[in-house]
Amino acid sequence: MGKPNLKKLTEDLGFECLSGEALLDRIPQSAYVSDLLSDVMGKAHADMMWITSQVHKNIVAVASLKELSAIVIVNERPVEKELLEQAEDEEIVVLSSNLPAFETAGKLYNYFLGVENSKS
Amino acid sequence: MQFEFDIQGGDFSSAGKASSDIKKVLKQLNIDPKIVRRIAVALYEAEVNVVAHAYKGVMKVDLDAQKIKIVLEDEGPGIENIEKAMQEGFSTATDEVRQMGFGAGMGLPNIKRNTDEMLLTSVPDQGTRLEFMVRF
Ligand SMILES: Nc1ncnc2c1ncn2[C@@H]1O[C@H](COP(=O)(O)OP(=O)(O)OP(=O)(O)O)[C@@H](O)[C@H]1O
Ligand SMILES: [Mg+2]
Repeated sequence: MGKPNLKKLTEDLGFECLSGEALLDRIPQSAYVSDLLSDVMGKAHADMMWITSQVHKNIVAVASLKELSAIVIVNERPVEKELLEQAEDEEIVVLSSNLPAFETAGKLYNYFLGVENSKS
Repeated sequence: MQFEFDIQGGDFSSAGKASSDIKKVLKQLNIDPKIVRRIAVALYEAEVNVVAHAYKGVMKVDLDAQKIKIVLEDEGPGIENIEKAMQEGFSTATDEVRQMGFGAGMGLPNIKRNTDEMLLTSVPDQGTRLEFMVRF
């Protein structure tokens, strides 16, 4: 089995896609959890998913400049339409998780681990 | 090639615009994507620092076949102690700015780490000048 794309991952983990529906064929490489933008700027790698509770528009610029695979907003935090429009423009996938950051990261961690193990 | 951008203090909704414009140019020039991403990090952190900490500033970009050189000059409170400002974790960001996810005190260290040369100078109560360079 190859690595799952965002579409499969979103379905398997029950995330909701808020923007970038057309970009879900991206294959994410791991994830990073942080609410500090310069922490993400410094430590996250391209093609990672970014788990955060930040919903300010600046997260779109960060995801775009870092070429992240997707932003995962936790706790079903409401996201302004303006952010989602900008995300569409800049080809940023925004997903919503109904769980807090810890559980969201845990689910994703196990999911990536399961994919790794099923390969060998 | 030369570019110039005005940066407005406090304007967080446009923060990152200049960085993203320059990143597009670099991609079109087929610069190594790894180097482009390093430059993008430094540009963004530098741009946001003017937005978060100064009143207004100008970012000048000078690009040739070997390197990119960026100079930001702002009018603002300046930096009292440059050495301290460069330390990871040091931040004077306001609560309002922190709520938007800034203020980890990692911006300047990120710039240092992602550039080949960096020079930060400041006159307190007047402004700050940041210059950095990345070789292709
Ligand atoms: N252009 C500037 N004008 C005035 N002060 C500045 C400027 N740039 C940086 N500083 C000072 O240096 C400190 C450290 O900057 P740095 O970018 O490392 O962290 P930050 O901006 O506070 O937080 P972060 O970048 O992690 O969001 C700032 O908190 C501020 O006190
Ligand atoms: Mg900063």
